[in-house]
Amino acid sequence: MSAIPVDRARVDRSAVFAHSRGGTDPRTAARWTRRQVAANNMRALIGRAYPRVRGMVREPSWLFFEILLPFLTTSAFVFVYRALQAPEAYIGFVVLGGALSAFWLNVVWMMAGQLYWEKSQGNLELYFAAPMNLMAILLGMAIGGLVMSSLRAAAVLVISTLVYGVTFSVDQWLLVVVVFVLTLSALYGLGMMLASLFLLWGREAFHMTNVLIEPVYFVSGLNFPVGRLGALGALAIATLPFAVGLDAMRQLVFAGQPYITGTPSPELEALILLGMTIVFTLLARWTIHRIERIARHRGTLSIRWQ
Amino acid sequence: MSVDTGSALPPAISVAGLRRVYETKPQPVVALAGVDLEVRPGEFFGLLGPNGAGKTTLIKILTTLLLPTSGEARIFGFDVSTESNRIRRIMNMVAGGEQSGYGILTVREQLWMFTQFYGLEAREGWRRVDELIEAVGMGDQRLQRVSTLSTGQRQKMNMARGLLNDPWILFLDEPTLGLDVAAARGIRDLVLAWKAAVPGRTVLLTTHYMAEADELCERIAIVDHGRILAIGTPDELKKRVQRESIFRLEVDHLDGGAPSLARLPGVVSASLAADSDPEQQRVAVNLVLTEDAALGAVVSALGGLGSQILALRKSEPTLEDVFVELVGRGFSEETEPPVPVGAEA
Ligand SMILES: Nc1ncnc2c1ncn2[C@@H]1O[C@H](COP(=O)(O)OP(=O)(O)O)[C@@H](O)[C@H]1O
Ligand SMILES: [Mg+2]
Repeated sequence: MSAIPVDRARVDRSAVFAHSRGGTDPRTAARWTRRQVAANNMRALIGRAYPRVRGMVREPSWLFFEILLPFLTTSAFVFVYRALQAPEAYIGFVVLGGALSAFWLNVVWMMAGQLYWEKSQGNLELYFAAPMNLMAILLGMAIGGLVMSSLRAAAVLVISTLVYGVTFSVDQWLLVVVVFVLTLSALYGLGMMLASLFLLWGREAFHMTNVLIEPVYFVSGLNFPVGRLGALGALAIATLPFAVGLDAMRQLVFAGQPYITGTPSPELEALILLGMTIVFTLLARWTIHRIERIARHRGTLSIRWQ
Repeated sequence: MSVDTGSALPPAISVAGLRRVYETKPQPVVALAGVDLEVRPGEFFGLLGPNGAGKTTLIKILTTLLLPTSGEARIFGFDVSTESNRIRRIMNMVAGGEQSGYGILTVREQLWMFTQFYGLEAREGWRRVDELIEAVGMGDQRLQRVSTLSTGQRQKMNMARGLLNDPWILFLDEPTLGLDVAAARGIRDLVLAWKAAVPGRTVLLTTHYMAEADELCERIAIVDHGRILAIGTPDELKKRVQRESIFRLEVDHLDGGAPSLARLPGVVSASLAADSDPEQQRVAVNLVLTEDAALGAVVSALGGLGSQILALRKSEPTLEDVFVELVGRGFSEETEPPVPVGAEA
């Protein structure tokens, strides 16, 4: 072996390098208990959520884009409704829609394309090569996005409520919490599934989302009760977590409003959301493991092989 | 801590009849065309070959990122296709020009994130990260954002990432690609020091720099077009091409010039070296002999010519000579431009 000058740095580092978590031999080190596996997945989840949260705090410019812009869009609808002399209740619908759309946008814009971006960056290979389950990475991405979007949703809600004087009336607090949590679970379940699918489909998937984003907003009833759409609204409620969640939340926080009609009860909608959460999460799990197989077979885990 | 390599530990790497075909558009590419290889625990093994030889493909199969088309590959006895979970717990990998992670994080934060993927407890992770940052010599950059690192710093950080889980086997895919001489030196020293610290640690390195393979590796496989052309220690490989003896001879003067030596029995060729300086009474000749024994005739001939021998040195063949002989062509040691920086969370 070559002669390396013995300097201070080298003396220090030999102790650091002598550290060996890996036990006394590789065969033993490769055997983990169930507990170790679970802890690894839990930590990986937090590890993957970490950069999102860290980045948010570090780049305060997000405040401007993430809060001011949605607030302005919401405001635009408020002014239109006021000009049309729509019932005052519609202002509340718009504000709630604006707040919840923070999560929806996060799912469609950031989460869906995330794995694809990770692939172009070379991170995807490192995720696959590490010992955790890939669902931990997907969940970590979801949690990171959720924390960020929650702040944004809360900000839009509070500012708009104060500025436009929206009054809420809640009868069933517990159900509000349950529906809210289920809405997020279903939304991020969908996000995890989309992230996996986008990885498989690549560019085309992005074009498709671009094209679909406005129609989906419309059929989800972003700015009006979805019940007004009749059969189309019913279809939205059966398939789009954003549509169901928003409708259920509206029914619950504007209790007794005459305009929210023609849709299932919030209890039933909560069940629909639960079903969606389960289906989307299972599909996400199935897809990501399937993708691992396909990508290892085809050699498409990275785009940097040239 | 030491590993009892005498016990029945399976090979660190064992590969048999390995083929990998990429089903690309006009026609499929055969990246590995039947590779057999065995690397012992604790070995520093090198794959040397030009671009497109199949080095990265082999590393990807061994790191469980790619499935073999046919044949078998095992890491410490674990099958790469069916026991990838086990393998992922005891290995790590670093590639040259790697842009992994999130530019918005600091070096410290990014490394911590990766500790969490390997199951280190949160606080243990921070401690390990801080130690390793010092050990790779990045103390001054620990709070710097990843997106602002130079190529050399970036690669040091990548190396630290590769060591976070104390892997038993480390895969390095052209780890010094695109680095300047000093930075490349730093990475090589780092790997040697890390490996020496615990017996049994195994390294598989790919490179297309001859000198790097020669310096670091205990054994080398020369690969081209998806095949291993030769395996051995650097010395063994060089001996393969050493059918003739090559000497460098320096004398004070040489009447009749190099041709006066070229005529002698056993001398294949004699030519004046470029750095000869007859004015300064220093004439250097490159001699190629059929065998070392032919030197006797040369020495007595020099005596007859009245030349005084100033120096005589046997020239060793380089890996480059080995490569040219095996592959039938040399390969330029060009460096590829690093991939542009730019990352977000
Ligand atoms: N993912 C891939 N899809 C298609 N062809 C590939 C892929 N990866 C590598 N190749 C091709 O396989 C051959 C070997 O490539 P590679 O293993 O990257 O060689 P090296 O690392 O020695 O430069 C090359 O011809 C390369 O173009
Ligand atoms: Mg390569």
